Amino acid sequence: MAEIELKTAPADFRFPTTNQTRHCFTRYIEFHRCLAAKGENSGECERFAKYYRSLCPGEWVERWNEQRESGTFPGPL
Amino acid sequence: MKFEWLFLTIAPCDAAEPWQLGFQDAATPMMQGIIDLHHDIFFFLILILVFVSRILVRALWHFHYKKNPIPQRIVHGTTIEILRTIFPSIIPMFIAIPSFALLYSMDEVVVDPAITIKAIGHQWYRTYEYSDYNSSDEQSLTFDSYTIPEDDLELGQSRLLEVDNRVVVPAKTHLRIIVTPADVPHSWAVPSLGVKCDAVPGRLNQISISVQREGVYYGQCSEICGTNHAFTPIVVEAVPSKDYGSRVFNQLIPQTTGEA
Repeated sequence: MAEIELKTAPADFRFPTTNQTRHCFTRYIEFHRCLAAKGENSGECERFAKYYRSLCPGEWVERWNEQRESGTFPGPL
Repeated sequence: MKFEWLFLTIAPCDAAEPWQLGFQDAATPMMQGIIDLHHDIFFFLILILVFVSRILVRALWHFHYKKNPIPQRIVHGTTIEILRTIFPSIIPMFIAIPSFALLYSMDEVVVDPAITIKAIGHQWYRTYEYSDYNSSDEQSLTFDSYTIPEDDLELGQSRLLEVDNRVVVPAKTHLRIIVTPADVPHSWAVPSLGVKCDAVPGRLNQISISVQREGVYYGQCSEICGTNHAFTPIVVEAVPSKDYGSRVFNQLIPQTTGEA
């Protein structure tokens, strides 16, 4: 049986308050910037992907993905 | 036996006893801190209550019109005025010191957690996401948590508190709970864990928990959210880390198999 690793997105000193909305948003943007810089096939971006998946609700990610595809995403990608 | 229901209901779970006025048993250091602070402040509160009540009763007694037909014309006393301004203001300052210490230690979010759980409020159920184990955006351990209707309760289950799917967390582990709603403001409150966090639309609020003992802990919505506000309970089950790993793995298998 494989082991489940108890590991998640670390705390970020940029977001020390209860409100973690921008933490989630920032992790998502960091991931896509990493993809743009290093290419889709690079394994280096997987770390950022894990971070935003841990922090962001699925519905939010889904909506952001749709916005990116249609070019209306408001963040600085 | 007449009182069998009483023990079945109360013994195994951390829920309020019938007509309970005090705190539920603490399961986190945070709740233990809250209870200790309350007990400390309550001591001084009783002292103040007795002192003020005595002054009030004496005034009512000694200045009764039958005892004092002619009212005194005392208007002002500078010394007593100064004293009763300074001393009462010192008391809340001393109360504030442990209170603020606890408040800011509860607010600590810069400890790296081991697990992140997303508690998403809906009208009138809850969705929980465990997304630490994803390898894509679609794959996620997500489930809904509905209250069990009163008609479907079994012997020993609590009315208005049981759900069909519990949140399972490992004990003695740092957890991050991300609280957000999908529609209107809700709240995620579990008294035994000492947490109460509003779910504000468009915002992710974080609370940190470290459950110290295994058990089942009950909570309810604490932000009025509509007709069935009272029927949106929370149940958290703390299990040993090994059990937690097994459960998560077993739930991830079907999805993995489905993808293959």
